[in-house]
Amino acid sequence: MTDASISRRALLAGAAGALGSDALRRAGLAQTPDPTKVPGQPTSALGQRSPFERPRRIPSGSGQGISLTPLQDLCGIVTPADLHFERHHAGIPTVDPHRYKLLIHGMVERPLVFDLPALRRFPAVSALHFLECSGNGFASYRRIPPELSPQLVDGLTSTSEWTGVPLATLFREVGVKPGATWFLAEGEDAAVMTRSIPLEKAWDDALIAYGQNGEALRPEQGYPARLLLPGWEGNTNVKWIRRIELADQPFMTREETSKYTDPLADGTARQFSFVMDAKSIITFPAYPVTLPDTGWWEISGIAWSGRGRITRVDVSLDGGRQWAPAELQPPVLPKCHTRFRYLWNWDGAEVMLMSRAVDETGYAQPTLDELRQARGIGTYYHFNHIRAWKIRRDGSVVFGLEG
Amino acid sequence: MRALTAVLVLALLGACGGTKQPARYGFGRLAAAAEIKEWSIDVMPDGTGLPPGSGTPSQGAALYARKCAACHGKTGTEGPFDQLVGRAPREGFPFGRDPSLVKTIGNYWPYATTVYDYINRAMPLDAPGSLKPDEVYSLVAFLLWRNDIIASSAELNAQTLPHVVMPAHDRFVADNRRGGPEVR
Repeated sequence: MTDASISRRALLAGAAGALGSDALRRAGLAQTPDPTKVPGQPTSALGQRSPFERPRRIPSGSGQGISLTPLQDLCGIVTPADLHFERHHAGIPTVDPHRYKLLIHGMVERPLVFDLPALRRFPAVSALHFLECSGNGFASYRRIPPELSPQLVDGLTSTSEWTGVPLATLFREVGVKPGATWFLAEGEDAAVMTRSIPLEKAWDDALIAYGQNGEALRPEQGYPARLLLPGWEGNTNVKWIRRIELADQPFMTREETSKYTDPLADGTARQFSFVMDAKSIITFPAYPVTLPDTGWWEISGIAWSGRGRITRVDVSLDGGRQWAPAELQPPVLPKCHTRFRYLWNWDGAEVMLMSRAVDETGYAQPTLDELRQARGIGTYYHFNHIRAWKIRRDGSVVFGLEG
Repeated sequence: MRALTAVLVLALLGACGGTKQPARYGFGRLAAAAEIKEWSIDVMPDGTGLPPGSGTPSQGAALYARKCAACHGKTGTEGPFDQLVGRAPREGFPFGRDPSLVKTIGNYWPYATTVYDYINRAMPLDAPGSLKPDEVYSLVAFLLWRNDIIASSAELNAQTLPHVVMPAHDRFVADNRRGGPEVR
């Protein structure tokens, strides 16, 4: 998050999901003939997006940086793999799948090495889950800059269908020794990134994932294999995973001590804060969109919780005084983005638009004030406070209520 | 009749693909001791994983100037990348209240062994994994000395490093969020 300084120009370029007429002219597409009067294009080996559509991540442009998913350009719940957000600690490694191996050792009966064919031979599981960097939302916590798009506020979350072998299957294969309580997950990148994970997560729903949205993982998401811990902060989902070591204590790596800990107002710092709490963001209408017209509009957004299913999303048009339930678009899956919609007839008055997610534990997304109260202003991760958009009388939309 | 029911039940089970998972599949191969050793670079707070070797702050100073100062500053405070040196504030741990405070090894890292582990695996950025154990011990010694945690004459090795008590050692608490209505 340190090098996330992104220019307004980059934002506007990225936010322009569909090309404007100038850009179309430059791309030579201005003179589109009547498609019923000319033969169309032939079949091809690899499909491309329509030349009229240009959704783009916003990259910070370094190997230690981030790129943000264009949430405002997406519909439904699945993130196209080439638009999945990125966060790397030492760039994207090139891992040869033919030389790839995963070593599992430490407090086990049989230390084993699995190559990719061996991993793929185990019974597989596929599941849709969100993945979110725990720093997501930082841009909206200490200050509320009005010129923030959904991509700039919350672009470090994405949803994919992940396919892989349950880590529990591999742990039964190596035989976990009594007394083992944690495991170290280590990546094959230049940071040789490591996190300690409690063993219970392996028995619950952890995967060694090799598939993403029906194909092999993208290099940015850990090709050829990564750890996937549904609902847990992105950093723990170690990419390019090469080694798992079981032990009777956490390893206290850099990423779970000096980073990814949450200093609190009471003079302590919270450690191993794995689960991503319930959260939502309206992705339309949102900056930099301008509503051209009063009348019927569908407010739409995504909600998610690392603790299970979203059970309700409420929408407020008056800055949180009154709330009304939005419709949840099926499927509503645990630890997964859920699309919500709210049909709305705009009369042209100024609107203070908010969404509030509730999950199956009864947890409701807190207000910014409530979260600052509980965590302190200096905290650095897990920013799941309610987001607001102000719609001005001229139809322009800004982030926050002050703009 | 009973036999027919049994056949039907078996047929239904078959139709549901109810094959029982074996205790083990036997996929993968046994790891050789040498390949485990080659990859096991992690160092734990009790010193497990620390290699033979040693280093002192003065040995680390020259190395730091050559390999680290360009990113972290001449004295570890100038940047442009992560500030490594600094003890302010000496009292308390007000990072949650004061976002202007910069977290350093001296004021925030709870374990000295983590400094060894991280430098050894990931630094320097342009040549990760290139430092020898004596070099890593020396750099850790230099950084802990610069942070007023060890004396300038101290020697760090596999025996002494785990005994270094970091200023932030007791500041970390377990996650108490559990879902439900309370905001924590």
